[in-house]
Amino acid sequence: MLYKVVKRSEITQGKSFGIRTAAIILALLTSAVFIMILNLNPLEVYASLIKGAFGSNYRIKQTIITAIPLVITSLGIAIAFKMKFWNIGGEGQIMMGAFAASFFALRYPDLPKPILLSLMMIAGMVAGGLWALIPAFFKAQWETNETIITLMMNYIAIKWVTYLQYGPWRDKGALGFPKIPNFSDNAILPNFLGIHIGWIFALILIIVVYIFMKHSKLGYEIAVLGESENTARYAGINVKRTIIIALLISGGLCGLAGMIQASAVSNTLNVEVSGGVGFTAIITTWLASLSAPFILLASILFAALIQGGSFIQTAFGIPAAAAMILEGMILFFVLGSEFFIKYKLTKNGSAKSAAGKGEI
Amino acid sequence: MDFMTSFLAAAVVAGTPLLFATLGEIITERAGNLNLGVEGMMLMGAVIGFKIGLITGNPILALLAAMFAGSMGALIFAVLTISLRANQVVSGLALTIFGTGFSAFIGKDLVGQVTPNAIKLFFKPLEIPGLANIPILGKALFSQDLFIYLGYLTAIILGIYLYKTRKGLNLIAVGENPGAADAASINITLYKYAHVLLGGALCGLGGVYLSLVYVPAWQENVTAGRGWIAVALVIFAAWNPFKALVGAYLFGGMDIIGFRLQGTSIQISQYFIDMLPYLVTIAVLVVVSMRKSKKNAPPKGLGVPYFREER
Repeated sequence: MLYKVVKRSEITQGKSFGIRTAAIILALLTSAVFIMILNLNPLEVYASLIKGAFGSNYRIKQTIITAIPLVITSLGIAIAFKMKFWNIGGEGQIMMGAFAASFFALRYPDLPKPILLSLMMIAGMVAGGLWALIPAFFKAQWETNETIITLMMNYIAIKWVTYLQYGPWRDKGALGFPKIPNFSDNAILPNFLGIHIGWIFALILIIVVYIFMKHSKLGYEIAVLGESENTARYAGINVKRTIIIALLISGGLCGLAGMIQASAVSNTLNVEVSGGVGFTAIITTWLASLSAPFILLASILFAALIQGGSFIQTAFGIPAAAAMILEGMILFFVLGSEFFIKYKLTKNGSAKSAAGKGEI
Repeated sequence: MDFMTSFLAAAVVAGTPLLFATLGEIITERAGNLNLGVEGMMLMGAVIGFKIGLITGNPILALLAAMFAGSMGALIFAVLTISLRANQVVSGLALTIFGTGFSAFIGKDLVGQVTPNAIKLFFKPLEIPGLANIPILGKALFSQDLFIYLGYLTAIILGIYLYKTRKGLNLIAVGENPGAADAASINITLYKYAHVLLGGALCGLGGVYLSLVYVPAWQENVTAGRGWIAVALVIFAAWNPFKALVGAYLFGGMDIIGFRLQGTSIQISQYFIDMLPYLVTIAVLVVVSMRKSKKNAPPKGLGVPYFREER
C-alpha cells in the first residue's frame, strides 16, 4: 500500500467545519450530475431551489416556519444521540405531543388564551416525553434495542391519530371528510414579527440546550455515558436514571414541536402533523455534529431544501422526492467525510504516525 | 380450502417479502454490519425490479434488476461503513432516506401501472405433487408461486452455507471476532463487502415481491415499514436463517389478520389491528432482551468498524 491510514491526534473546529462544508458541496456536485442526466441545467435547478426558499418575504417566512420544528426536534434528538441512544422515534413523539395538546384544545376551547396554550404546551411535552420513556425504560432495564422500538412506536402513534381522525374525533360537520375539527382561536399560537412565536421558543431552546449540554451536571453525565458506559459506572453515574431523564427531555422537546405544529401550522390534529420532521431532524442533528448552535444552521439549510424542493417541483416538474434524494446524498457525503476528520492518509515510509502507533 | 388453510396460505404470501429481507439482514449482520437501510434497499429493489419487469415482461430480468438495485444501495452503505468506518446506525438511516426518495422519484411515472400478464402468469400458484396433499399445511405451503419456493430454498441454502461450509464458518468468525479472523488470514474486507452486498440483493428481492407479485401494481412506499419489521425479525430469529422462516410467516400472518377478521363477528377497530405487528415486534424485542442467553446473542463484532491498526 502506498498510503496508510493514521488516526489524527486532534483537529481544530474550523478544519472539521471545513471538511463538512466540502462534503456538502461535493454532494451538491454529485447531485448536479444526476440532474444533468435528467436533461436539466443543474445551475438553473439550484438557482430556483434558492429562489424557492428565499426568493421573497413570503418564502423566507415559509422557510423559517419549516425550520422551527426541525430545530426543536433536532435539539431533542441531539440529547439522545449524545448518549448514543438512537432515538429515531421523533416522528411518533411529535405525533403524541400534538395529540395531547389537541386534547386540551378541543376539550376546553374557551379557556383564556395564555392558560389554554400553557396547558397545551405542558401536555405536549409530557406526552412526547412519556412516549420516549417507554423505549428508555426497556433500554435501561434490559438493554433492549432502542432503535427498532422507537421506530415501531412511530407507526403505533400514526395509527392512533388515524383512528382518532377517522373515528371518535372526526368532525361531524365536515360533510363526510375525515378531519378533526379546527382549534378555537384561543388554542392557536400568536404571531410575532409575522411568524408564529415558535421561532422565539426555538432560539431560546438552542441556548438552553447548549448550556444544559456543556455546563450542567446531567449534560456532562449524558456525554460520559455516550462515550462509555463503563466509565460512567466507575464515575458513579446512575446509568438507568440518566437514560430515563435524558429521554424524557428528548421526547419532551419532540412533543413540544408537535404541539407547535398542531397549534400554529395545521390548527388541528391530523396524520400529517409530523410530516417527516422526526426523520429529517436525524440528518440535521448529525450534520450539526450534535451541537446546538450548528443545529440552527443545519435546520435552516434543510428547511430551505424542503421549501425549494416543492418549488422546483412546480417549476421543473421534478418530483418532490428529489429533495429526499439530495438529503440522503448530503448525509452520505458528510458521513464519509468524517473519516477524514478522524483519520488522515500519510505516505508510507514517512516518519512515524502522529498518533504514535508503530508498524504492525 | 377451509378457513385455516387459506389463512396460512395468505400468511406465507404476506411473509415472503419479510423472509427475503430478514435473510438479507441476517447475512449482513453476520458480517458484523448493522444495516438499518433495509427499508431503503427493499424500495430500491421494488421500483427497479418493477420498472424492468414492466419494460421487458421478463420475470427473471426483473428479479435480477431488483437484486442489483438492492446491492447498489448496500454498496453505498458498505463503502461508508467498511472502508470509511462511518457510524453504522446513521449510515443505515441515510440509506433508508435515500432509498425512499429514490423509489418515489423513479416510481413517479409508474403509479397506477399493473404487473404485466406474462409475469403474473409466471408467478401463478403451482402445486407440488405429493407434498401438497399433507393435511392443512400441504396446501398452505406447497401450492404457492415460484417466488415463494425461491424463499424456502434461499433460507435453506443460507442455513447450510452458514453452519456447514468453511466460508460460512469464516463469516461467523468475522462477525464474532474480526481480529482473530484476520489473524487466521481471512480477508475481512472482502467478506464484509461480499455479504453486505448479498444482503442488499436479498432485500431487493423482498421489495420486488411486494411490487410485482403481492400488490401487484406500483404504489408509492409499497414496503410500508416492512423493512423495519425485518430488522426486528433478525433478533427474533437469533441470526439463524432457519428460524427466520418461522418468524417471517408468523409476522406475515399478523399482517393479514386485520383484513381477515373483517366480516367476521369479531369487532375491533381496523386501526388497532394494524398496530399488531408493531406491538408484537416490541414485545418480542423486550422478551428476547429480558432472557439474555448466549445462544441468542448478536454477533459480538456487530456495529463495530474493524480497523486493523487499532486491533
